[in-house]
Amino acid sequence: MRKLIKQWEIFIQGFLLINAIWLISSIILNINVVPNPIDVYKNLNNLFTNDVFLHVFYSLKRIAIGLILSLLIGVPIGIGMAYSKVANRILFPLIYFSYPIPKTALLPIAMVLFGMRDGSKILIMFLIIVFQVIISVRDSVNNIDSTVYQVIKSVGANKLQILWNVTLPAILPQLLTSIRVSLGTAVAILFFVEGYGTKFGMGYYIIDAWSRINYIDMYIGIILISIVGFLLFNLIDFISEKMCRWSNK
Amino acid sequence: MVLVENVSITYKSINEKTQVINNLSLKIEKGETLVILGPSGCGKSTLINALAKTKTIESGRIDYIQDGDRKALSSKVHKIGIIPQNCGLLPWKTVMENYLLPLKIRHEEINNETNKRIEEICKSLDIIPLLHRYPRELSGGQVQRAAIARAFILEPDLLLMDEPFSSLDEITREEAQSLFLKIWENYKPTTILVTHSIDEALYLGSRILVMGTNMGNIKYQIKNPYFGKLFPDEVEYLSIKRTLRDKLKPDVKNKVI
Repeated sequence: MRKLIKQWEIFIQGFLLINAIWLISSIILNINVVPNPIDVYKNLNNLFTNDVFLHVFYSLKRIAIGLILSLLIGVPIGIGMAYSKVANRILFPLIYFSYPIPKTALLPIAMVLFGMRDGSKILIMFLIIVFQVIISVRDSVNNIDSTVYQVIKSVGANKLQILWNVTLPAILPQLLTSIRVSLGTAVAILFFVEGYGTKFGMGYYIIDAWSRINYIDMYIGIILISIVGFLLFNLIDFISEKMCRWSNK
Repeated sequence: MVLVENVSITYKSINEKTQVINNLSLKIEKGETLVILGPSGCGKSTLINALAKTKTIESGRIDYIQDGDRKALSSKVHKIGIIPQNCGLLPWKTVMENYLLPLKIRHEEINNETNKRIEEICKSLDIIPLLHRYPRELSGGQVQRAAIARAFILEPDLLLMDEPFSSLDEITREEAQSLFLKIWENYKPTTILVTHSIDEALYLGSRILVMGTNMGNIKYQIKNPYFGKLFPDEVEYLSIKRTLRDKLKPDVKNKVI
């Protein structure tokens, strides 16, 4: 909990600092593209009139489905690669090659294959998260102390009991860290994937306001997406604090 | 009693097969503490892994005989407790959860008697205040005591120890060894302890066996009259110690005259 409070302190400090820079920039530059933050905050009630929570909901839904699919596919693959030399030998070159490819570059292919609606958006989210998941799971399984297996096997544990009592708890801290990093990227990617084929999503909200030259709304969208990103970060930290107490102390 | 008969163990990789133990036979009496001394790579830890059922044997048999009933040693049938080198406590479980897990895996009922046993063992090892802590919150000596307790709570038919005290400083090690001995006296499980330390072997082993470097051959064994006695000031003790040291020296294969 102390860690979370510390993070909020840092968030507030950063928030105030950014707003100070923003305010000074708006006064010096005096152009429409950089409005005065006070004007933006005065219009925050637009959040409620513009169905903004619906936009947040759609964005979070896309991220959540991408995340769930990544976990469902990435965790078993990562475990398989750690426990099976054959699986690792076959899959590792594929992962090694695919991991550094910027996933946004695959957007046209995703659009052609899965259409302009949620399919292609979720596929991109999935591709951003799944590689991180696979690598972190494989590495954390490989790092499990062999004596832990010795102890649990010597009392007659079967494979399912080993998976439940050893493998899954062992991968959790690193998995949550990689999810946190991936979620940051996923939120940033909303701007690309919600720029087409939808009328809902935080990315769409920003792009729409931008195209209408409504800079106040655009900035409201930017503030919103930043807060949602931070809250997602916080959520993962909270889960990590609760579920990985053994590694946090 | 544990009977190891003509056991051979091989490590296989893609390119090669390495035989670590060849045709090893051993008998460990019920309630005995057999200490295996040997140089690094002689196969003593491999033998512990085979007894713990974490390493498959290539040939031979490992049986457990109780009241004349001889059965293949099995982690499903027999209670095998192990204290590995770095204790093997699950870092994501508290000390108490570490104690309960082996019992749950074995589908043993956790009743008043179990709780009483846990309390009694923890009290004698002075770890009651540590029960709800995670292993990383414990000192090296506390981790060691916690691991000893876990092994005894299981009431093992066979207790295996793979250099359990090697990572401790001298004072903590002596303390942990004497606590182990104290609790061992109460339960007297059949025990096999693997170590590099001659002093530890003489203190904790009722029988001492020296393994050579030649695929697990037994070079020497002795019934230890100094079992449970710490640094006795006797000439014979020093003489046994010297003999064990000599036996531990690497085998000279081609002696040139």
